[in-house]
Amino acid sequence: MKIVVCVKQVPENTDVTVDEGSGRPNWGSIEGVINPFDTYALEEGVLLKEKHGGEVIAVSMGSEKAEQVLREAISSGADSGILLNDVLFEESDSWVTSLIISETIKKIGGVDLVICGKQAIDGDTAQVAPALAGHLNWPQATYVSALTDSSDGEITVNRMSEEGYDVCSISLPAVISVVKDINSPRIPSLRSKMAAKKAEIPIWGSADLALEPGSLGREGSPTVVQQVRKPDARDRRTVVIKGEPAETAEKLVQELKNLIGR
Amino acid sequence: MTLGEIDKKSYKDIWVIAEILGDVVQPVTWELLGAGRGLAEKRECNLTCIMLGTGVAKLAEPAIRYGADSVIVVDHQDLSTFIEETWAAVLARLIEEKKPETILAPGTLRGRSLTPRLAVLSGSGAGADCTALDIDSDSGDLSVTRPVYGGNKTATVALGGSRPQLCTLRHRIFDPLEADGSRSGDVTTFHLKTSDVATGKRVLQEVNEEGVEIKLSDANFIISGGRGMRGPEGFSLLQNLAHTVNGAVGASRAAVDAGWIAYPHQVGQTGKTVQTRVYIACGISGQVQHLVGMQSSDFIIAINKDPDAPIMKLADVAIVGDLFEVLPEITKRLAQESVG
Repeated sequence: MKIVVCVKQVPENTDVTVDEGSGRPNWGSIEGVINPFDTYALEEGVLLKEKHGGEVIAVSMGSEKAEQVLREAISSGADSGILLNDVLFEESDSWVTSLIISETIKKIGGVDLVICGKQAIDGDTAQVAPALAGHLNWPQATYVSALTDSSDGEITVNRMSEEGYDVCSISLPAVISVVKDINSPRIPSLRSKMAAKKAEIPIWGSADLALEPGSLGREGSPTVVQQVRKPDARDRRTVVIKGEPAETAEKLVQELKNLIGR
Repeated sequence: MTLGEIDKKSYKDIWVIAEILGDVVQPVTWELLGAGRGLAEKRECNLTCIMLGTGVAKLAEPAIRYGADSVIVVDHQDLSTFIEETWAAVLARLIEEKKPETILAPGTLRGRSLTPRLAVLSGSGAGADCTALDIDSDSGDLSVTRPVYGGNKTATVALGGSRPQLCTLRHRIFDPLEADGSRSGDVTTFHLKTSDVATGKRVLQEVNEEGVEIKLSDANFIISGGRGMRGPEGFSLLQNLAHTVNGAVGASRAAVDAGWIAYPHQVGQTGKTVQTRVYIACGISGQVQHLVGMQSSDFIIAINKDPDAPIMKLADVAIVGDLFEVLPEITKRLAQESVG
């Protein structure tokens, strides 16, 4: 099974300072880590490889620094990594990002399954996986909480619904996005860490993917970030209640009544 | 699909995609119609509700009462389960034929899975999980506000670069209109074609895990437990309170990872984001990963032994005490009040 896992470098903490115009973090002082959801995507890819044979290719679009998350992916079991890096890719929205990744998948060739984390913790759009499936015209399953069966041509998954989950069978090739419940990512071994250190990470740009410059970046994106700012602070004063439980309950009910009266 | 030049003037009207589970139009649909009505007034255009499913034709009338000028129904056996590939295909054809200017979709799991795919098929941009909308009355260009970085930042995003402009709206943000029985409007049908029907995915079973309980996304009260609940038994205290106030039970990652409660209840960065009226955090210290999932709630109550826990600073009401003593009293007291 040939599996592509999409990984993204995100700030370690979401309470970051960002460039107000583009919304990109001021990377200078911020530690970049692999997007938490992508670690589950990666583990699921490695589990499938262990069952069926084949390979796991980690793909990341980002700055040169994002090479680091591809090495991390290799240390967690991916066989190789590809960095999608081009000044023309910068400020691409999820539509264009998914276009770039779809062309990457076509260029890799013979891919059976693409696995993404349900969303990145910086942009929070959760749009790349379904948009990628759209570009490829492959079936999709999003918010997958379990992959219960797999064969060469088909997988069975539980995808989360508002009320529980749906059991779906999906023919391959396909794109899925996964949630935390799906597995517990392994701790990298010393040997895999060494392999990751030595791995050659190729860089693909717009020319490698035969993408027109006008279709990329801010210019090619149908949606454009205009401003990113801190949300308006809540006007809160904290009422502290202590004392006997019955008395506490009584005070709380009064506070709730004030709220409902508002 | 690539994005080409568009003639913006040939696109008009506002659409809302309804969320229908089983035979029930979900309340988020009325919120979307409320938001859509505002846009339609500003643009002096029509508001149309799109309903897909099996047996949905009979559900069309209420959409008119909640603000739609017309309803387009796509009613077919092959829409009985949610297959994004099929839904996106038929909607893309409908868009091509009718050319709406703006489409509002629910920010539910379904809406957020369908919309990006549909956007690609239609050569359109999409905004995700929007909390405010602003439409230019002359051009119709839409600008949306949406939370990013787990709600630590707010982004303003311009969607005017394509037509139609798609976006999903976070639920419980936009107000529905009062249902108005005097409103009238047309209900028309659009037909699914065999070529729309995707064969790559089948829904084998729909499993309802939350049972008769209230969904986190719909609840006015959420009572969440963390490490301080000490074990699965502690969560029965939360269940009792939830029943009393007609609320739902949430949990921190620590409680879910410990196996005390199932993952669908997890609130926070790697779980669900909720925006409820009253959020009661019990034995939750308030790590930032939890706070990003609940901090937009209207009223936050924290119960903790530690007065210095981060959650106590965020809360409107911070109760310092032993939750095993305090919770039963609160449940008892609220049962007398029957709030909720």
